[in-house]
Amino acid sequence: MSFSSYIQGIFTGLRSLAGGMRITWREFRTAKVTMEYPENRKTLAISDRWRSELIMPHDEQNEHACTACGICMINCPNDTINVISATTDTIDGKKKKILDKHLWDYGSCTFCNLCVITCPSDAIIFNNDFEGAVYDRKKLVHQLNHEGSKLREKKGEPVKVTREGTTDKANRQE
Amino acid sequence: MLIYSQPLEVTQILDTVDQFLRTHLSPGMVSLSKGILTGLLLLVAYAVIALALIYIERKVAAFFQARLGPNRLGKYGVFQSLADMIKILIKEIIPINKADQLLFFAASFFVIIASLLAFGAIPFGMDLHAIDFNLGVFYLLAVSSLGVIGILLAGWSSNNKYSMIGAMRSGAQFISYELSAGFSLMTIVVLSGTLQFSEIIEGQRYCWNLFNGHLPAVVAFVIYLISGHAETNRGPFDLPEAESELTAGYHTEYSGLQFGFFYLSEYLNMFIVAAVATTMFLGGWMPVQIKGWEAFNQVMWVIPSWAWFIGKVGVMIFLSLWVRWSFPRLRIDLLLNLEWKYLLPINLVNLLVMVIIVLSGFTLTELFPAFFGR
Repeated sequence: MSFSSYIQGIFTGLRSLAGGMRITWREFRTAKVTMEYPENRKTLAISDRWRSELIMPHDEQNEHACTACGICMINCPNDTINVISATTDTIDGKKKKILDKHLWDYGSCTFCNLCVITCPSDAIIFNNDFEGAVYDRKKLVHQLNHEGSKLREKKGEPVKVTREGTTDKANRQE
Repeated sequence: MLIYSQPLEVTQILDTVDQFLRTHLSPGMVSLSKGILTGLLLLVAYAVIALALIYIERKVAAFFQARLGPNRLGKYGVFQSLADMIKILIKEIIPINKADQLLFFAASFFVIIASLLAFGAIPFGMDLHAIDFNLGVFYLLAVSSLGVIGILLAGWSSNNKYSMIGAMRSGAQFISYELSAGFSLMTIVVLSGTLQFSEIIEGQRYCWNLFNGHLPAVVAFVIYLISGHAETNRGPFDLPEAESELTAGYHTEYSGLQFGFFYLSEYLNMFIVAAVATTMFLGGWMPVQIKGWEAFNQVMWVIPSWAWFIGKVGVMIFLSLWVRWSFPRLRIDLLLNLEWKYLLPINLVNLLVMVIIVLSGFTLTELFPAFFGR
């Protein structure tokens, strides 16, 4: 190693160190990415694609779109959904299957979305209300259909299902 | 020399305490109680500064990584390190199988006592100087090198290969860089012509040593910062405790308060290096003063000397944290390469240049006595 390259090496090294410190200084002054969670609840933006809680949207007449066909239950990979159906007699004397209870277990769901994809009548949907922690494991089993709700009749405009559907908070009993 | 009004200095309080002790105790007891009081004050300051530094380090580290850092306990998380201290005080000290119990126990005390001895010799402000040796710089270098004994003992007595490797790395690193730190301080001793801290500070009244010795002083400053960093096992030179290679290096096996001692002394050594750099190069606790501008000097003196000291040390500590979060860790051969092939030869040449400059009168105080002379 010649003497000139020794000296040159020192200055190259010092210059590159100064460059590194300039970069970290810029980083020091950038906006911080930390989200202070419980304080920022109002402004917290959860991605639309986030799947956290399965819900069954109901309209103003307390009507849902679930025909109790059980396809979601069949497609569920780990028996998280349990559709309990009942039968009634229609006006023209036929037997008809209606939904009694649509039970979904928050604790064993893997949020794979297969139930929502396969539902023929778009009756269920995942919302992004992520604060689902409870103190009792039994409370993780949600009943998705509301008390006294019934199947929406096919006539008229089909109600559009939106992400802002109502949640089934009534069953959580907080 | 004009007498400036210094409303916030602690001189008054110290005089009151002195008078109080003298009126109530015999002369021998006065010195004894003063010694005990000073020791207590230093211990409290040691702990408080360590807590503050741990908080500052975590906060600054977070900001360099675009995070917020501790922010839960108290406003902006200011009580975080207090809580950590309480936690570490109540933790169990776990005995190690087949470790050399006596040395294992003694090692943590070696480390903390070495750093406490060095801490005691720092001039914190006007009259805030525990003992002003005429060999102050020499004493500081001597006691601060005691710490490496503790580190080597800790690594050896732990009965753990990672501790051993860490301690050996630390020994190699410490002994190498001690040389550079000593030589760079020597350069400044040549410039100020004394080893006594109070005289070194007084000599920097109108012109800091960093500017007074211009080129060689700046080189010595940079070298001192690099070697000071290496001596404290921090920043890019943290390979004795490289957590990705050696879990925690020489203090892997320590727990509870014994680990706390290592932790504390690491932070305090950072403070000591910053304080020595401040005292030797940046005028110590002396406020910024310009010859002839009496009104300006008066205003500067209103800010107490300990505040100047804390401010200057704060800048140095921020620099050290900045470096720590900028550069990657050095390999052991590159580390020794840097010391023996670069810093030491440069340092020797630098010392020679400083001697020539001082002897031929090319320092700023000699060239422009009207502006910078004492």
